[in-house]
Amino acid sequence: MNAENYSLRELMAVVAARQLRDGKAVAVGTGLPLVAAMFAQLTHAPNLVIFFEAGGIAPQLPTLPISVGDSRTIHKALCTTTLIDIMDSMRRGFIDYAFLGGAQIDGYGNLNSTMIGDDYEKPKVRFPGSGGANDFGSLAWETLIIMDRHSPRRFIEKVDFITTPGFLYGSGAREEEGLSENTGPSRVITDLCLMDFEPESKRMRLIATHPRITVDDVIKATGFELIIADDVETTKPPTIEDLRLLHEVIDPNGFVFKK
Amino acid sequence: MLNISEMKILKEGTGEIFCKNTPSEVRKWTRENKSRALIDKRMNIKDAVKKYVKDGDYLAIGGFGHIRIPMAIIYEIVRQRIKDLSVAGHTAVQDIDMLMAGGCVSAVDIAYVVGFELRGLSGVQRRLFESGQVKKTDYTNGAMSYRIRAGAQGVPFIPVKVMLGTDTMMHSPGKVVKCPFTGEKVLLLPSLNPDVCIIHAHRADMYGNVQIDGHIVKDDLQARASKRVIVMCEELISDDIIRQDPGKTVIPFYMVDAVVEQPWGSHPGNMPYKYYFDHKFTEDYLAVGRNKDPKVLEKWLEDWVYSLDSFDDYLVKLGPRRLYNLRDAEFLREPVRGD
Repeated sequence: MNAENYSLRELMAVVAARQLRDGKAVAVGTGLPLVAAMFAQLTHAPNLVIFFEAGGIAPQLPTLPISVGDSRTIHKALCTTTLIDIMDSMRRGFIDYAFLGGAQIDGYGNLNSTMIGDDYEKPKVRFPGSGGANDFGSLAWETLIIMDRHSPRRFIEKVDFITTPGFLYGSGAREEEGLSENTGPSRVITDLCLMDFEPESKRMRLIATHPRITVDDVIKATGFELIIADDVETTKPPTIEDLRLLHEVIDPNGFVFKK
Repeated sequence: MLNISEMKILKEGTGEIFCKNTPSEVRKWTRENKSRALIDKRMNIKDAVKKYVKDGDYLAIGGFGHIRIPMAIIYEIVRQRIKDLSVAGHTAVQDIDMLMAGGCVSAVDIAYVVGFELRGLSGVQRRLFESGQVKKTDYTNGAMSYRIRAGAQGVPFIPVKVMLGTDTMMHSPGKVVKCPFTGEKVLLLPSLNPDVCIIHAHRADMYGNVQIDGHIVKDDLQARASKRVIVMCEELISDDIIRQDPGKTVIPFYMVDAVVEQPWGSHPGNMPYKYYFDHKFTEDYLAVGRNKDPKVLEKWLEDWVYSLDSFDDYLVKLGPRRLYNLRDAEFLREPVRGD
């Protein structure tokens, strides 16, 4: 049964989870991406393999970790290794999906998690930088992007700093710069909608809006020209059981879904 | 195959290289300065820091920012007011934050800084990076590991397939070339041989044979690449135990210069299989760092670092009950208080 009351973050988590197929491997960060991966494992993708950049592989997660390196990420794992070993596995082609986010994103899916401002030496705001994001965005087969506040300030014509490559400047650009072939962002999940990238132009394309959100709402919240698919669908809301899994099983401490 | 003339630099970043050691120099230095004998390397933290961490050194830190970090050594570096460190900001969280709060750092190779993952951003690091007081060069976590692998291997650079096409690359010292064998574009990064590496492990013997339970993160490579290595451990064990399962020795004795036994040495960080994060301690510390009045941070440093003689005094100040709770949280015996 579909839930009557759910938050946008809860909806985003289940929409993100639905992008993950069973029997594939995903590299995740903390927060919503990990919730999505854990949720997928508990529902349609029990054989989804989770990789953490600090070196945890295929753990049985007892509860949501607060760091991609904390004890929970290696709880009953099948292998604990090194960060470089995770990156090597990714470049070797073993990792299908990587989840990423950022402070800003442009129409090609290029992400900024480094700084706001135009002076590298003295930025207005300094963010963490790449961490493993650029590695994931360069090496995984598909990048799934989660942005939790869809607004013109974040979906911007030109990001202040390209931390992590999307399609850079268009079709063929990744290959031209030396990145692995047939890689790049495949989905963008926001609090308003679900998007993919139009195959020819590699520009972001709206494919589904969340319930009660219109195409116009999405266009107004996007600071660059967005391609609109011919049939824009409506995302399916979470069920009552979905919400129970999110709150009672995955995040009982309320790290992601604040109580 | 391409002609040699085709191996030219196609694009290059502007980032400064903070660590000046080259693998060939380090190799020469090792011959004269590193003992290969089985000798007792036990010392206390104060002496280890005094002997091996110098003003201006390039420092690499083990663990994952707030997991299995050598906090007791980091507090001692702050207490001894060591200056002008360059730091490998590789998965850096609480470790680098304390060093920067203590005014010990003048340059950082950034892969991940400023953030405390789900806990948000650090006020201390934002102030120092946004004002330009601390110099920086950007990389990625993978890139920093690749550089250290090259340093451990003893080669001056390493070709990688990350950072290409991005501003991250343009603010690194990386150079794009075509592979002379296949013609594909690769990014070359300079290798990294830190002056000193500090590591917190589960167990070590007095010679410096080190065991780590769970993920190694990058500690194996850092110990292999660095000139000096200080190992702190939760538990000092006999080499008889090491010899029972030598495959478990992640760092062998000849790389190690000092061995320090310090239970709870990662506090407030998480030590897998031993104790979980001290959330309250870190949240309180973050609030102090975000306070606009610098006196608030000064007072915190006075209370928790400068006024204490050693990490044992710090543990006494925390009190046993608090520490036992962290052990219980690690084993999921009590709920995690995530305020």
